[in-house]
Amino acid sequence: MQETETTTDARRQMEVCNSCRYCEGYCAVFPAMAMRRDFTAGDLTHLANLCHGCKGCYHACQYAPPHQFGVNIPATLATLRLESYAEYAWPPAMGRVFERNGTLLSLTAALGIALVLIGVMAFGDPTILYTAQTGPGAFFRVIPMWLMTSIAGAAFGFAIFAMGMGGMRYWRGTGSAGGRFSPAPVLDAGVSILTLRNLGGGGHGCNDVDDAFTSQKRWLHHAMFYGFMLCFAATTSGSIFHHVLGLRSPHSFFSLPVQLGFWGGILLCIGTAGLIRLKIITDPVPVARQALGGEYALLSLLFLVGSTGLLLLGIRHTGAMGVMLAIHLGLVFALFLALPYSKMVHGVYRSLALLRHARETRAAKAANP
Amino acid sequence: MADLDVLYDVVVVGGGNAALSAAITARRAGATVLLIEHAPRQMRGGNSRHTRNLRALHPVPTDVLTESYLEEEYWDDLLRVTGGRTDEPLARMTIRASQHAPGFLRDCGVVFQPSLSGTLSLSRTNAFFLGGGKALVNAMYRTADALGIAVLYDSEVQHIVVEDGFATEALITHRGFPARVRGKTFIASSGGFQANREWLREYWGDAADNFQIRGTPYAQGTILKDLLAQGIQQVGDPTQFHAVANDARAPMEDGGLAMRLDCVPFAIVVNRDVERFYDEGEDVWPKRYAIWGRLIAQQPDQRAYAITDSQALHNYLPSVFPPERADTIMELAGKLGIDAQKLERVVADYNASVQPGTFTPMKPDDCRTEGLTPPKSHWARRIDKPPFYGHPLRPGITFTFLGVKVNDRARVMMADGKPSANLFASGEIMAGNILGQGYLAGFGMTIGTVFGRLAGEEAARHARN
Repeated sequence: MQETETTTDARRQMEVCNSCRYCEGYCAVFPAMAMRRDFTAGDLTHLANLCHGCKGCYHACQYAPPHQFGVNIPATLATLRLESYAEYAWPPAMGRVFERNGTLLSLTAALGIALVLIGVMAFGDPTILYTAQTGPGAFFRVIPMWLMTSIAGAAFGFAIFAMGMGGMRYWRGTGSAGGRFSPAPVLDAGVSILTLRNLGGGGHGCNDVDDAFTSQKRWLHHAMFYGFMLCFAATTSGSIFHHVLGLRSPHSFFSLPVQLGFWGGILLCIGTAGLIRLKIITDPVPVARQALGGEYALLSLLFLVGSTGLLLLGIRHTGAMGVMLAIHLGLVFALFLALPYSKMVHGVYRSLALLRHARETRAAKAANP
Repeated sequence: MADLDVLYDVVVVGGGNAALSAAITARRAGATVLLIEHAPRQMRGGNSRHTRNLRALHPVPTDVLTESYLEEEYWDDLLRVTGGRTDEPLARMTIRASQHAPGFLRDCGVVFQPSLSGTLSLSRTNAFFLGGGKALVNAMYRTADALGIAVLYDSEVQHIVVEDGFATEALITHRGFPARVRGKTFIASSGGFQANREWLREYWGDAADNFQIRGTPYAQGTILKDLLAQGIQQVGDPTQFHAVANDARAPMEDGGLAMRLDCVPFAIVVNRDVERFYDEGEDVWPKRYAIWGRLIAQQPDQRAYAITDSQALHNYLPSVFPPERADTIMELAGKLGIDAQKLERVVADYNASVQPGTFTPMKPDDCRTEGLTPPKSHWARRIDKPPFYGHPLRPGITFTFLGVKVNDRARVMMADGKPSANLFASGEIMAGNILGQGYLAGFGMTIGTVFGRLAGEEAARHARN
């Protein structure tokens, strides 16, 4: 990680925090800070990606603005996170897309829908978009199966590869890569990821809106994350139905893929809409403004993917199915394309930061029982 | 929203923990309450904003306090730090009531945490607020708001009209405009006068200009002075204050806890004239940190310099401002702006007097000097491992000891020896009754909570009758 104005400011603030340490009970950032005395840009990037943005430390801070020290850890670390997404993007030249992320994500979504619509009309009979299609294989009459899976598969495969490369660059850039693999820290990090235990200031909640403690952000993120995972499971089970069991979609409402997708879609919509609401009503001071565009765009894209999926389920036996399918798939395509160049990468870097922290914590305990 | 035309049952002057404890208790007892805070909303809470914990008696371990801490041990600790300058019945009453203070604060929304790190290990005797004092202050204002307590920010009470021991009204400035506030009872919880340099200058002269005020700049002592001028009895030595060794580069006000330096026991400390002036290793730091502010205040220019080397650097918490650093003592003296040859001689004399011993950072060890004046009794190691480090020091004042005399019902005592009928006090403005000198970590918050609750309860009862 290179030195920037943000790393300089983050270092200055961390030096205040490391002398104060009142916030040690809030989340992993402060114990991780206390293990250090000097902060390299890599250390600061690690701390930035450990930060979940619960804002507990800001509202508790005796040095928060308007104090002259102006300590604002959530906003500063969020700005640094954004810089680290750009720094570690793969291929490196793509790092620049994080500068105007909201605009680019919106354009990608529009492009995705347009491409799929044009593709349908170019490859097949355009009237299929407006006429009701029923019975097994109805969807694939609009878009051929091979086309759907090859394009989506390629986009998704690339996204996973690019995010993997980004993760490797991040891991090397933020600290020592060394040490033997051991399962215990992986387990620690896994629990932290799946329960979001760092979003909650020791269990009583975050400062989601102001200095009141609530658990809205945590539960909404859970709804979004697990909703997304259910949708993913719906797609996977759908392809097992298709390829292994020989059952063609559309499946009945109470079939496994449709049930997974239905509840997943609902959770995804609740989570993303709720998080958008929180972003709008929250105290704007402990927030990184540069990051907001990309965050709103990704949340909106996820909401649209979820809601168009639900709409598609509702109208799949009518003449509107063709257009809705094209829009839904266009949005999914856009999401896959955008994955490695959106806020979505926080999942990779946060997980790695939690893993590094779990390793450090265990090593410190072993050295100092 | 506060209505200044209303006759309030209880008017609380101040906005820290002692004021909030009083206001919340009075409101819960059914009184209508107005709380008047000098600071704007973002800087509310007085010195409570900078605190971290509260000292509480407990017969058995609790979720936030380990082992037990009983009345006799608590009293012994208080007696030792005050050297007997305390009021035993009031002190014992406070100690007993401290058992219920964490529970009361928890009912006000305050969250406690177990102590995790830091140099002062206090988890047995002190309950720590998660996030520190500002989180406590936020929670208490939130509770006050939910209970319907009227709060005025940016409003300074300048005068409480007291006639024959009876308070009738308060004159305030509210956002710059003068106003009158009427109340059936008044509770003064407006702190000491440590941020009032003019007043400090009366006792300390020009030296007062070099004192750093660690806490709120709103502790002007306006009401303290006002009440003392109206015949309310005084306690505490007006020249005395609690002060620590602060970083000389700290802001002159509101620098808070992070400006204090813990390096003294692992360093040697010289003054402007490059002379050592006190045993740096007299006792463990938690028992000595509170005397160093005064020691530095008594040096020329109120300046001192702690000199350490790379061996000692990791024995104390990192400082916010990095120390000056040099490869030779001569060069370090140049960076600190003190006489280089003299510093070399002081360090050489010290190094020559260091006796062999086994260094143990957290308890008094046998590393000491022989034949040095003043001696360094513990943690004395040769300063000879470059790079060398120099921390410039100034006195950082936490609070003043001067206060108004109160009785065991938190009523202020009039000159004729009788308690006021309807004027009460809690917090730093009356802490001198119990803490005549010295300090016990977390005891200020204990006094504030205990007397805040007492004052709130008594005021509400008086207003109802």
